[in-house]
Amino acid sequence: MAETVLKINDIHTFYGQIEALKGISLHVDQGEIVTLIGANGAGKSTTLRTISGLLAPRTGSIEFMGEVISGMPVHTVTAKGVIQVPEGRRIFPRMTVEENLGMGAFLRTKDPAGVQASMDHVFQLFPRLKERRTQKGGTLSGGEQQMLATGRGLMASPKLLMLDEPSMGLAPVVVEIIFDTIKTLNDQGITILLVEQNAAMALQIADRGYVLETGNVVLEGPGKDLLVNEQVRKTYLGET
Amino acid sequence: MNFTLSYLLEQTINGITLGGLYALVALGYTMVYGILLMINFAHSELFMAGGYVGLGVLKLLADPAIAKGGLSFLAPMQAFFNSGTAGFVALIAVTFLISAIVVGLMGVFIERFAYRPLRHAPRLAPLISAIGVSIFLQNAALLWISSKQLPYSRADGTSFVPAKTAFTVFGVSVSTMQIMIIVTSLLLLAFLDTFVSKTRIGKAMRATSQDREAAGLMGVNINSVIALAFFIGPALGAVAGVFNGMYYGSVKFNMGFIPGIKSFTAAVIGGIGNLRGAMLGGFLLGIIESLASGFISNAYRDVIAFIVLILVLVFRPGGLLGEAVAEKV
Ligand SMILES: Nc1ncnc2c1ncn2[C@@H]1O[C@H](COP(=O)(O)OP(=O)(O)OP(=O)(O)O)[C@@H](O)[C@H]1O
Ligand SMILES: [Mg+2]
Repeated sequence: MAETVLKINDIHTFYGQIEALKGISLHVDQGEIVTLIGANGAGKSTTLRTISGLLAPRTGSIEFMGEVISGMPVHTVTAKGVIQVPEGRRIFPRMTVEENLGMGAFLRTKDPAGVQASMDHVFQLFPRLKERRTQKGGTLSGGEQQMLATGRGLMASPKLLMLDEPSMGLAPVVVEIIFDTIKTLNDQGITILLVEQNAAMALQIADRGYVLETGNVVLEGPGKDLLVNEQVRKTYLGET
Repeated sequence: MNFTLSYLLEQTINGITLGGLYALVALGYTMVYGILLMINFAHSELFMAGGYVGLGVLKLLADPAIAKGGLSFLAPMQAFFNSGTAGFVALIAVTFLISAIVVGLMGVFIERFAYRPLRHAPRLAPLISAIGVSIFLQNAALLWISSKQLPYSRADGTSFVPAKTAFTVFGVSVSTMQIMIIVTSLLLLAFLDTFVSKTRIGKAMRATSQDREAAGLMGVNINSVIALAFFIGPALGAVAGVFNGMYYGSVKFNMGFIPGIKSFTAAVIGGIGNLRGAMLGGFLLGIIESLASGFISNAYRDVIAFIVLILVLVFRPGGLLGEAVAEKV
């Protein structure tokens, strides 16, 4: 059996008085693509933000490679190789493409050769970024910004890459590119936790999936099974 | 009043000197705003603190009256600092270094205890806290140091900086003090600009000001970056405070108020949050004020400074170098 990379035990996360996560448990194994799907406001982003340390769970625990990371500040979690590509891209608008990618490798100060290799890898995955490396991030198109956000995440040499709605607002061709890239990265050995509105595509590439509803996991199973699940088809795949 | 070229030049040099001071102080406002979207109302009092710390250091290092007044172990050191050019340069360097470090640490301390606990509070809360810190610092200086204006000189009245004219261009004399202020402020500004655009820590600061959460996700320790901004800004403000004391010859507990408002205006004119904008705004405001007081009337200098502010805001609401960025939603 594959080693468990991420293990979440019954986390409850609050925004002030609002309980956004009401006891989520899930796990991600080495080399898997795991997807979280669910309607708007189900708590998908909150789950990722709690894992990365942007939020702290009030109760429950998160373990990464056997170490408890819940309660650690975000930069410490990042340093362990848990990398979140946030919802809405969040690139640095007044930095160039190259500087944005450089920020992704902020903590890899002792490995300039590795950083250069990651940069080459990103440019190979997204040739468009290479053409625009001296352009300011804020002036890129939406699709290019998503490529940059994903590339920036890769620059950190992630052990676990968490992507929050990487296909949001993109044209179908660009969505294809993004999903192909996710698959390629996974083939190269990166473990992936993927949050998606586009449930059909996400479940197709995922090994396993979890369905979230108002802060709870309501369904889980292999991607293929969820894809044919009656309830999933009705609610998330828009079938009647 | 005369309208000769040399008078114009003289007023311009006065303006650049004043502008250098404004620019140094304006950077502190703009750095904090850029990262925390907060106006640090206590910044003008850190400028004042710089003036006082500088005076204290100068007296300890170079006022024989202090040595004679019981601290005789200072005498040999004072002999060195009061001897010739080397002593003078060393005196100035040590004074600026100590003032910048002490006031920089005050800035870090203030952020840690007066602002950080309010980081997730409504935006008004840290502003009110800043006003509180400002009032506290002014009153501390008033109560514990003096309510009077203190001369920036030795007990016998001699200035720490030789007043002799350094050189003459087109019949205009430029003082040692002016050259020191202009050169030091330009050097510090160039240094800061390079630091922020080229170094790893500088980039972390820029990233934090553009998107704090995203910077955290890159592994940037946000609290360290904020603390650093609260060190650098007040340290530069302290340098300006010492210069201000030397240039105008005195310090007082409320000396920060007017330069604070002017420097904040300079930061807004340049585009609040933008470092080069603060520098540009500082020099522009200094020169305009100086020309206005020289060619129109000294009484109108402040009015004209604020008219410039209003004009800039009407035509470029984001400031000269600021970008009209839509409010984040
Ligand atoms: N900053 C916040 N303050 C208060 N409530 C919040 C905040 N962010 C999210 N919430 C609430 O928490 C719940 C979960 O939000 P979350 O962003 O995790 O949803 P999501 O599943 O990512 O949705 P979407 O698909 O729309 O991105 C929602 O009810 C939302 O209103
Ligand atoms: Mg979301």
